[in-house]
Order: sequence, then C-alpha cells, then structure tokens
Amino acid sequence: MTRPDGAASPVRTGPLLAVLDYGIGNLRSAQKALQRVGADARLTSDPDEVAAADGLVLPGVGAFGRCIEALRAAGLWETAMEAASEAAAGTGRPFLGVCVGLQMLHETSAESPGVAGLGVLPGEVTLLSDAVKRPQMQWNRLDKNGTDKHPMLDGLGDDPWTYFVHSYAAPVGPDTVATCTYGDEVCAAEARSLLWACQFHPEKSSATGLRVLENFVGLVAR
Amino acid sequence: METVRIVPCLDVDNGRVVKGVNFVGLRDAGDPVELAARYDSEGADELVFLDITASSDARETTLDMVRRVAEEVFIPFTVGGGIRTVEDARGILRAGADKVSVNTAAVDRSELVGELAAEFGSQCVVVAVDARRAGPDFGAATSGFEVFTHGGRMSTGWDLVAWITEVVDRGAGEILLTSMDRDGTRDGFDVEMLRTVGDVATVPLIASGGVGNLDHLVAGAVDGGANAVLAASIFHFGEYTVAEAKAHLAAAGVTVRPVTR
Repeated sequence: MTRPDGAASPVRTGPLLAVLDYGIGNLRSAQKALQRVGADARLTSDPDEVAAADGLVLPGVGAFGRCIEALRAAGLWETAMEAASEAAAGTGRPFLGVCVGLQMLHETSAESPGVAGLGVLPGEVTLLSDAVKRPQMQWNRLDKNGTDKHPMLDGLGDDPWTYFVHSYAAPVGPDTVATCTYGDEVCAAEARSLLWACQFHPEKSSATGLRVLENFVGLVAR
Repeated sequence: METVRIVPCLDVDNGRVVKGVNFVGLRDAGDPVELAARYDSEGADELVFLDITASSDARETTLDMVRRVAEEVFIPFTVGGGIRTVEDARGILRAGADKVSVNTAAVDRSELVGELAAEFGSQCVVVAVDARRAGPDFGAATSGFEVFTHGGRMSTGWDLVAWITEVVDRGAGEILLTSMDRDGTRDGFDVEMLRTVGDVATVPLIASGGVGNLDHLVAGAVDGGANAVLAASIFHFGEYTVAEAKAHLAAAGVTVRPVTR
C-alpha cells in the first residue's frame, strides 16, 4: 500500500487511537509519534470513528477558553466528557490528555474566567509564578512527586526530561504523578485509573516522550 | 528551574540543507530529515530551519520538507523564511512545524504578529529580530541598537527596545535576536545587546550571531541572560558536539537538559 506521495504506509496493526481533531493546533506530530510507538492513530472528529477507537487522545494548545469552545463547536464535548469520566472511573477506554488537553479535564481555568472545563478532575488551572518567564517554553526535569512511580513513567530512568510550553498549570493534588519545578512546584502529569494526562508534550520530548506514549499505547492494548 | 536550550540552526534552500554540514557517517549531508534526526539523537533541545529559498514557487518543496521532518523528529522545531501571511504560517504549522518565525514581514506590517498569535497562539510565534549597534546619525535608537532587515543591509528606523516592546505587546511568544555585527564573525554573541533585550522582553529570548566557541554559549546564557542559544557552524562542521556544549554549560553552572543516549 502506498500513499499518494509514493512512500510506503506505516504498518497499522496496533490499537486504534482516536486523536480528537477539533481544529486546534498541529496534531500531525502527535499522530506520527503515536504511530511510531505502534498505535493506529487517527486524527478524527467523526463520532463513529471515536466510538470505535480503543483509546482516545485529547490534545490542546492555545487558550483554555478557545479550546473548550472549539471542542464544543466540533460536537465532541459530550464525547470527551463521557470518555474521560469513564476512564477516570476505570470502566471505559484509556484516555490521554496533552497540554491544554490536561487542563481542560479540570473545572475551571484562571485563563478563561467563567468558562467551564470538563470537570473530570478537580480544581482550577492557575497562572505560573510571577518569578519566572511565561510561558515556560523549555525542557524540564520530571519529579515523581513522592509517589510510587506511575506506569506512565515506566522505563524513563531516574532523570527524565520533557518539553513544556504553557503559562497555566493544573493544581498539584492526589492525582498528580509527576511535577516539575518552575517558580513553584508545577503539575507535570496526572493519572486516575485509565485517565492519563501530561502537561508536557510527549510528542516533542524525544525518546523520553516516545516512551510515555508507548506506555499509554501499552495501556490501551492491555 | 529555568533551563537553557541549545538550538542548532539549519539553512535550507529548495528543501536541502546548505552551508555544508560536515558530520561523520551521514548518508546525505543535505538531507534535512537525516540531519534533524542526528541532532535529536545528539541531544539538541530544539531546531530552527531557516528557509532561504528565493523562489516563491518552491513553497510546496518547503512544506514537503517540514512534513518529512515532522514524521521522523520528535523535538520542537521552528521554520522561518518567506512567511508573510497567516495562510503561509498555517501551511507550515499544519505540515508539522511547532513554531513559525517572522522577520521582515513583521517589520513591514507589525499587525501580522498579532494576527498569528490570535490564530495559532503566542507559543507558535517567534519574531526574529536582526539588529546592529546604531550609528551616531540614528537619533531614534535610544537603546543604542537599531533593527535591520535584508541580512543587516536595510535599516528599518526602529529602535531595538521599541521594536521588541511592539512585537511582545502584539503577542510574540519568543524573540530570536541576531546581532548582525557579530553574525559570521565567530567573536561571540553581542552580550550587551542580549541584556538590553532581556531587560524588557517578558518572553523567552534566543541568542544568535557570532558563536565561535563554547565559552560564547556560556556568555550568552550567563552574561546575556538568554533562554536559548542558537548556533550553526560550530555544530555543523563538527567542531563541537551538542553534548560537549551542554557539558561546558553545565560546568559553568548553567542548567541544561542532560544528554542521555
């Protein structure tokens, strides 16, 4: 099988992942990175294709309110809410939120007052410390937040670094599985049952990020 | 923890890397994908592709290059050169670039910076600024530095600090600052220029122009306060590896992402 440009298609035998495409940002890197680690990753806003997927990925870049609005406009709000809630309850399919896709899982954001998030995870997303440049646009070291290492972080070694681009962050709480230090202690990754989320960009974090995605694909394939 | 990024810069003409990159063991020294993957594996934190293609007909060639890089390389990369409109930027970002950089088009019409930020978010918008120490006849340059375009040949009439303030206010997410006095000299960054901009820019600052050795990288980060250091020839010609650069910065007390192989 060949693509129109003549290159061979990647083999697509892995679990089917629906990367929710609601018109925000560049999703190509996320799709390619997931394919690299063995998933049949598809960019989609088609409810049938989302329903048929083995797992969901909710990306997001830019302003919180704009992402929420775009998710609603694409008709994916209820789908995302339901899938994330079920994943958090351990009853549904694995669900991965990335960057603003993590932030949208929370109740509100100081970035967009009055706009409700999905509310699957508690609390408000707040602005990073005044003591540091915003956005945090850099690599930073993950700390596992004093907890047992979460399966998301399997195989990352003792000194994993990932790439962040954000000005706001979710509260550090019981669901936090990794933090980084940027002004304050910042929520870098969260997980509740089958709901995983990372503030950093795994698709832009070289081998470390690919391993995080591989861990997620492993969860989906389980 | 603020971490300094090391950013190799690749000049691209018609989808091929130019200015001779001299790595051992490359199949094709002009292949942007192979080079980008090599820099990723060596520990580069980010890449900049500067498209110097003269012909506007070659836009599809550039987009194809961006697509191929995005399929193989999983670190952030910026594409600059020839981006004049929101639609130009959309094409580059959709092809898989993480950020676009604009320079002359922003000088011609600074509203473009705001349009790009509104459409794609500030995190996607790098404003590249070429500046020189101002001559005595340039009364507007209260900062002592003046903004140029066209490889440092054409004065814009903008004082550097006024221009930085303008583009940051309009939504620039990052500033790529090149000293045209130092570019190509290997005499090191213009540290004073970096400090001048760092004092007013609230967004990350990438230092560019003049790197000839690893001490220059340290000076840019420590004395200049840059958040990222861009270099081309010292890496391309194999004088230093990215790992050596990081070790040198770390030894000087600068926090960098360690290279893990």
